[in-house]
Amino acid sequence: MSNTSLNSLVGFKQLRMLLLREVQLEWQQKYTLSGILFYAFCMVFIISLSLSRSVNPAIWNGIFWIILLFAAVNTAAKSFLSESPGQRYYLYQLAGPGMLILARILYNASLLIALSLVILILYALFSGFPVQSPGMFALCVVIGSTGFASVLTLISGISALAGNRPALMAILGFPILIPFLNVLIRMSRIALDGLDNSLMQGDFFFSGMMILLSITLSYLLFPYLWRE
Amino acid sequence: MLKFLQKNGYKFLAVGLIGYALIFGLLRELPDMGGNMAQTSRNVFYHVPMWFTLYLLMGISVVYSIKFLLNGNEYNDTVATEAARTGMLFGLLGLSTGIIWSRVTWRELIPSDSFAAWWSWDPKQTMVVVALMIYIAYFILRAGIEESSSRARIGAVYNIFAAASLIPLTLILPRMLGGLHPGGDEGNPLENIRLSIEFRVVFYPSVLGFMLLSIWILELRVRLSLLYNRMFDAE
Repeated sequence: MSNTSLNSLVGFKQLRMLLLREVQLEWQQKYTLSGILFYAFCMVFIISLSLSRSVNPAIWNGIFWIILLFAAVNTAAKSFLSESPGQRYYLYQLAGPGMLILARILYNASLLIALSLVILILYALFSGFPVQSPGMFALCVVIGSTGFASVLTLISGISALAGNRPALMAILGFPILIPFLNVLIRMSRIALDGLDNSLMQGDFFFSGMMILLSITLSYLLFPYLWRE
Repeated sequence: MLKFLQKNGYKFLAVGLIGYALIFGLLRELPDMGGNMAQTSRNVFYHVPMWFTLYLLMGISVVYSIKFLLNGNEYNDTVATEAARTGMLFGLLGLSTGIIWSRVTWRELIPSDSFAAWWSWDPKQTMVVVALMIYIAYFILRAGIEESSSRARIGAVYNIFAAASLIPLTLILPRMLGGLHPGGDEGNPLENIRLSIEFRVVFYPSVLGFMLLSIWILELRVRLSLLYNRMFDAE
């Protein structure tokens, strides 16, 4: 569908169009996607090699989330790289910045969920899989990926505007993600040890609020970020 | 004379209140809480006001960042930055008074040659360090952008994002995780201080005094920063 028809579409449809566009763009530049996959593979491989299979569940869990965090920062960092200023201006005129950031968060979240499942499989293959209740653990991974995406997408926009200096993504993103990461590790420990799910309630609530808050803020703040 | 008092009265009030808190906070008879708490609990007059002041300053900072995004006046951005810098100062003071206090207060529980005597990974302690890290990231972000209007705009967006994470970070999460501070599971021996009138008559004036002092520092910093800007513009 051509870009001109975007203008007449509203709300949900607009979001779907923008999402579709993200997927098409990604498909056109397969090297970024394969780069991210290779990065994740290398990281899991190196870490598993260093752990040399002798690892207790607590450390296994902590390291898994660190891998996911780095993969997420790396993946989200490319959100705003591929477009030229002209393209950007055109898109904002057509769809509006609020919708654009929502679409990008959604896209990044789905990409990260997929990526984290790949990482989980590789990590399980190389370092074992000591999880007692896999379903709950997978849920934690999905929540974690969504949370990372919802925070890091706006951060990636900020970092791109600030000239993409090296490590800026990490400098801006890590401190904001530490508390979330802390909660995720607690939550997944409960799933890991197969404890009662009701222990996770507070953590679930906290992560849900955190995700909602950062999506709302991204939606509200992004238009100001790109006003020039 | 009246005009002078209107403009500067709060500075006298700040000095008076902090003087009062220093003298009475250190000399006053306090209810005996047993052990070394009888004397070390006096730190509540100086450690806790630092954090109240930090919240005030970070609040001012984010309000002025929002004002900047709404009207684009760079004066608002100057106030936002300087408030965050001043808040950082009070955060560091709060952190160091807390470390010294915990070092003395939990002396019996934690052996002094243990690293934990200085740093116990108490959730509030940890999350407060994270909060300060977020503001350091804010300063690093600003330092790298040359052009002043985009620096202000990008900085304001990050500042709002950062401030929003400060509340769950330092107020909600530590309560969920427990620890040595009030509100956690194990609780703090000082929990019952709030009820005691002997503490209140020093504590609240001290909070107000440090807040007024911080406003004074902020005002001076903003004036200085505006002068610097004018100097560079003239060149």
